[in-house]
Amino acid sequence: MKYLAKDDSKCIQCGACESICSKTYFKEDNPEKSCIQINKEDTPEINVCNQCGECIDICPVMAIKRDKLGVVRIDKKICVGCFMCVGFCPQLSMRQHDDYIEPFKCIACGLCAKECPTEAIYIAEKSDEEAKEMPLDKVFNK
Amino acid sequence: MNIKNMKENHKLLAEYKYELGEIDKGYTNRTLYVNISDNTINSKPVTEMMKEKFVGGKGFGLWYLWNATTPTTRWDDSENEIIIAGGPACGITQYAGTGKSLVCSISPLTDIPIDSNVGGYFGPLLKFSGWDALEIQGKSDKDIIVYIDGNNGIVTIEEAPLEAYDAHILGEQLTEMFADNEEDKRNVAVVTAGTGAEHSRFGILNFTFYDQRRKTTRLKQAGRGGIGTVFRNKKLKALIVKFSNVKGDLNNTFEQSIINKTGIKYHKEIHDLDHLQNNMRKIGTANIIEVMDAYDLLPVMNFQYGSHPDTEKIKSTVFIEKYLTQGVQDGCWYGCSMACAKAADNFLLKTGPYKGHRVTVDGPEYENAAGLGANCAIFDPEAILELNFYCDTYGIDTISFGTATAFAMECYERGIINKEITEGLELNFGNFYSSVELLHQMSKGEGFGTVVGQGVNRMKKLFVEKYGANEEFLFDIGMEQKGLEYSEYGSKESLAQQGGYGLTNKGPQHDEAWLIFMDMVNNQIPTFEDKAEALHYYPMFRTWFGLYGFCKLPWNDIVPADNKYTDEPAKVPEHVQNYLDVVYGVTGRKLSVDDMIKESERVYNFQRIFNIRMGKGLRKDDRIPYRSMGPVTKEEYESRQERYDTQLREKIGYAPEGKTTEEKMAALREYRENQYEKLIDAVYKRRGWNSNGVPTLKHLKYLNLELPELMEVIKDLQ
Repeated sequence: MKYLAKDDSKCIQCGACESICSKTYFKEDNPEKSCIQINKEDTPEINVCNQCGECIDICPVMAIKRDKLGVVRIDKKICVGCFMCVGFCPQLSMRQHDDYIEPFKCIACGLCAKECPTEAIYIAEKSDEEAKEMPLDKVFNK
Repeated sequence: MNIKNMKENHKLLAEYKYELGEIDKGYTNRTLYVNISDNTINSKPVTEMMKEKFVGGKGFGLWYLWNATTPTTRWDDSENEIIIAGGPACGITQYAGTGKSLVCSISPLTDIPIDSNVGGYFGPLLKFSGWDALEIQGKSDKDIIVYIDGNNGIVTIEEAPLEAYDAHILGEQLTEMFADNEEDKRNVAVVTAGTGAEHSRFGILNFTFYDQRRKTTRLKQAGRGGIGTVFRNKKLKALIVKFSNVKGDLNNTFEQSIINKTGIKYHKEIHDLDHLQNNMRKIGTANIIEVMDAYDLLPVMNFQYGSHPDTEKIKSTVFIEKYLTQGVQDGCWYGCSMACAKAADNFLLKTGPYKGHRVTVDGPEYENAAGLGANCAIFDPEAILELNFYCDTYGIDTISFGTATAFAMECYERGIINKEITEGLELNFGNFYSSVELLHQMSKGEGFGTVVGQGVNRMKKLFVEKYGANEEFLFDIGMEQKGLEYSEYGSKESLAQQGGYGLTNKGPQHDEAWLIFMDMVNNQIPTFEDKAEALHYYPMFRTWFGLYGFCKLPWNDIVPADNKYTDEPAKVPEHVQNYLDVVYGVTGRKLSVDDMIKESERVYNFQRIFNIRMGKGLRKDDRIPYRSMGPVTKEEYESRQERYDTQLREKIGYAPEGKTTEEKMAALREYRENQYEKLIDAVYKRRGWNSNGVPTLKHLKYLNLELPELMEVIKDLQ
């Protein structure tokens, strides 16, 4: 499955990724509205969704699904804005901003990877076995 | 199931069109009034006075009920109402436990107002459809449904002759009937009762929510006090609401950001700590079965004992490992990360009309495991699940059924009633097949089941009058007060919890105060004044949840990691502040803890005066059965002899040596009954009531609740 891979040691905290992300999805240059977020401490840390999919089973209305490339996506028309996915994200990579009633997340579009001057982030593939959602058909035998 | 045919056989009795409107800071400012005697439907304004004095939820329900009824109104009179109201916070999605409805009516068990809180989607969808409350009055002569189409602004009353009565089928039928497609099913919420609600006094209302993952309709219960019995007596088959556009901001809150922030903080707390604390996400309230047993608090054999070696067979891990599907999002409203509404899937039924069916059983809650299980000495998880299923689908309260059956079993074991009276049922403790047969009889309206279905209070009278039972003994062992059956905690060794049950408005239900651990285990409230303070604060604090549309469980079924270092860990101060923050976010009201308590006190005192108006709100009505205070029988005394002997010696100065058990029991009883009276004095004083349990005029003035109609009821009782 497709995801945005990262190498914290290469990050120079320039913020170019946050800028392109927020401008692309929210028409505003604002790191708080970026799906990828870089810390401000001395040791750089890149925080972004690894597409594990734990949020899929948390969503009460099944608004979060994995697409055919393996990317976890929120259907905002269905989402009821409970933000449980934000509280339960093991990576703390599900985002919320008070300007919107739905959360948002990285969909591994790769735009930030193209902007990154040090190749600290890049689109990669990993095994589908790392997908964590429950197989509902098997669980409920329906 | 031929849904099309069922729908074609509906006969339209009334149709009402309304403007959809918009919610303003948690209020729609309107109530939907439906009279099913003359088929009139109206919109009533929610006034500023109502919001200021009664807030919403249970406050609105009691206010409407007060205005609809007279001191002589009984449960089956046409003017009796069923009111369903959420509250201003009901329907927000960001904080756990915000989809609650409060249901009020005059109870067939108690003849006074009952209030029962319930999850499911009805309350929130009712509000999004434009209504703070639904007020139903009158009686129909044919089976009807009331349908609220919140997308198009239409309310109809329809005859519905063909649909089923039992909740697990009727919920599915009506969800299927009113949803456009599979995805739309979660936008339909149904309120039903069941066949058993018609033939017993402790009928419940089932509130549905559609479980998209299980693809089935789940049931949550407004369980206490027989509101389902009122519902079926009115010939209501179901209430349905449909609203298809739920979003997280429909309450048009005053400040959404503080709700988001508080909600996410709480979700993180559940994520990080639940598995280290109560395991609510895995087992729900049933996590305490073995805890209650360990502390000698689990009701066993009609509350005679507090533990049993066989509890091992029904402990929480048995349900987790063998029956309850794990890892599914089980909240009964969106945003409930506590997700305690557990379910056993593909459960094979062994008895009754659905024998051989595989069903989803909601539960078991702790109360069900304790009441249907331990209290009847039925220590079998599959028996508990089957009883739980049939109680729900027949529309029977698991708590009242459990306590009433335990009482009947004890009477049977003691020879007070016999096989002739039970029409062949061997009602020994532990007999699952007899217990479940009582349920099937309630469903069909036949046999001894209909006697048990009258509740403990009426069984006591019947056994005395018809079968010559000893009245005093039955008063001692019959676990009811004001006509309502006790919920499932042993209170013998906790004076504070005796008050927690006995000094309630609706009857002995633990939702007002659960003080056993503070009192008995942690010894945090040693004096009468301490206990009285707790019996003031907690009932008021807990009442508050029902005014706003909150669930109580997220308050203290998990606590912040640093809670134990706070001044008052039992109050969970950070969570109290969460609620104040959320209410500020919704309504713009900046409340302190004192304001919060005062809001509740108004409604609480109003309910007390309502009880007085109905003839059951004075000190004499707060008397409790001795089984809830101490050992009634020799066996009970001897099962805890060391504890009781020590108490006689140390607290009463009575030397137990050389005394018979009967002598010691008498001395202990005199002491304990006296303690309860002293507790009443202290609690009444703290609550601003006189020694007869009547709110004083001075206290009403303090509460700004000097409504003439209330003063009229209490002025001569000062």
